[in-house]
Amino acid sequence: MASITFKHVEKTYPGNVTVVPDLNLEIQDKEFVILVGPSGCGKSTTLRMIAGLEDITSGELYIGDRVVNDVAPKDRDIAMVFQNYALYPHMTVYKNIAFGLNLKKLPKDEIDKRVHEAAKALDLEHLLNRKPKALSGGQRQRVALGRAMVRNPAVFLLDEPLSNLDAKLRTAMRSEISRLHKRLQTTFVYVTHDQTEAMTMGDRIVVMKDGIIQQNDTPQNLYDFPCNLFVAGFIGSPQMNFLDAVITEQGGTYCVQICGSTIPLSARMDKAALAPYAGKTVVLGIRPEDIDAAPAGAKGHLDAKIEIAELMGAEINLHLDCQGSKLVVRAASTFPGREGDMAALTLDTEKIHLFDKETERAIAH
Amino acid sequence: MKTSSMGQSKKIVTIITYLALGLGAIIMVFPFLWMILTSSKTVTESMRIPPSIFPAQIMLDNFKDAIASLPFVNMYLNTALMIVFRVIFAVAFSSMAGYAFAKLHFRGKNILFGIVLMQMMLPSQIFIIPQYQMVAKLGMANTIFALVFPGLVSAFGTFFLRQAYMGIPNEIGEAAYLDGCNQWQSFYKVMFPLTSSSVAALTVFTAVFAYGDLMWPLVVNSDLKMMTLSSGLATLRGQFSTNFPVLMAGSLLAMLPMVILYLFFQRQFIEGVAMTGGK
Repeated sequence: MASITFKHVEKTYPGNVTVVPDLNLEIQDKEFVILVGPSGCGKSTTLRMIAGLEDITSGELYIGDRVVNDVAPKDRDIAMVFQNYALYPHMTVYKNIAFGLNLKKLPKDEIDKRVHEAAKALDLEHLLNRKPKALSGGQRQRVALGRAMVRNPAVFLLDEPLSNLDAKLRTAMRSEISRLHKRLQTTFVYVTHDQTEAMTMGDRIVVMKDGIIQQNDTPQNLYDFPCNLFVAGFIGSPQMNFLDAVITEQGGTYCVQICGSTIPLSARMDKAALAPYAGKTVVLGIRPEDIDAAPAGAKGHLDAKIEIAELMGAEINLHLDCQGSKLVVRAASTFPGREGDMAALTLDTEKIHLFDKETERAIAH
Repeated sequence: MKTSSMGQSKKIVTIITYLALGLGAIIMVFPFLWMILTSSKTVTESMRIPPSIFPAQIMLDNFKDAIASLPFVNMYLNTALMIVFRVIFAVAFSSMAGYAFAKLHFRGKNILFGIVLMQMMLPSQIFIIPQYQMVAKLGMANTIFALVFPGLVSAFGTFFLRQAYMGIPNEIGEAAYLDGCNQWQSFYKVMFPLTSSSVAALTVFTAVFAYGDLMWPLVVNSDLKMMTLSSGLATLRGQFSTNFPVLMAGSLLAMLPMVILYLFFQRQFIEGVAMTGGK
């Protein structure tokens, strides 16, 4: 059983710098949880607290049923993969992988068996006699994974393990780590600032900012129902469009006024939540793929001028100006409009998100 | 046309560079050659003005006289033991101290490191009297221990290896902890081997310094049999007259082991000198 529980955990560094003020989080056994957030949000500190590499200022951290606040890293039954791999440069791949097992004084043939099994699973068998400097970035990362794997830990901790790899290798390693999780059936805690990694790999994503959990949910829920402006802006690429909008109500039907147009809101939206905001300015959020762009002259909610058209291959990202408001729309690459042209935009009203302008919390989706 | 003039100026620059380097080489090698030549001259030849460059006949008796007047076997042994122990202790203590200053967190670390730096800034001569008193009171004068004593701990080595440890990413030590190492295992199984090139440089630096150290061995060991090569040779200088051919023959004999070592470990010597900024 390797669940992880944070109970009112605080981390304050000398000089009274509080990085994590009051963390409460539960990670289930065998779950793949992603900690995501911008630099300095406390995600790596949180991971390092699990590893025992950072002391906990107050609160309790459980691994399974055991409070591990004062348990040494080596006794926590965890393994960690670092951003810069942290391989031992003076040891061969074999010795790197076997190092932890040698310290445990396991029998030589058992060590040999485990090292070869891990090497086979990670396609490292032909590299066992090489030193880390003779390996590529992807190979080094696989050695780091192998070193963690052979110990059969209860918890795998991964601290931005793919950020030093090129885009192609990152994609390949992403699926490799996901496969590894399925095969090992162990708890994985993965830290990243890359929201693509977060969305594609985790069972659950914990979005953090300034040491505070903003939202803790499945990738799909996080994408579809962000709880505040920060999460809405952080998850998704290109990021969600935000426009100032005024909510109006006519005979029980709610609409939003943006850029001089009135757009009816979905009947599905929670009217009770909308009622207090009637006549007030809110922030309307809509993702680039939820706006349909048509050539000028077609019928739509808004008319906007194309400022930049970024061809991405299968699709095109249009950067538009709508009466001073900036918008990004994802259109099919066959879209005929180019820079300087006008476009008619139709918003998918089922996919509109509304946020309180002051508290930045979601009003309705 | 342009290309040929450019080629010519390049040639001139090359010639000037070689001439300058050649001159530098002659200046550097001259004392060494003069020592070899003087070691084969008679006393009269060595004092002649204008000086005679080559000896009229090669006087191997100078070497016999040098060997007869100094216990070379003891001196070689004393020097070797002093170098070996100074290197072992300097490397061991400097590695541990450097690791602690670079990677451990403890109260008063910066003050302690400041004291180490301060010791580096003070001339070593001011420590000679208190160090001699300590050795004398321990009753250890005229021993190998006395020769090794000031080199047991090296402030420079501590500073130098601290820099080496600081260059190792913290994650490597952390990975070692997670793999099951304790502090000591992390130090000697993982971190220490990673400083091998710096340790080699410190070894060369310490050995060369110990070999050339004259003042301390001369002060602490007055018994000729307990002297090092440098201090032993110094006794060949008389107050009123010096037999330079014998002194040079003795110096040549003293140099031989170092020259042989240099031939074998040339690369390490050069790297060591380059890394420590020594000379």
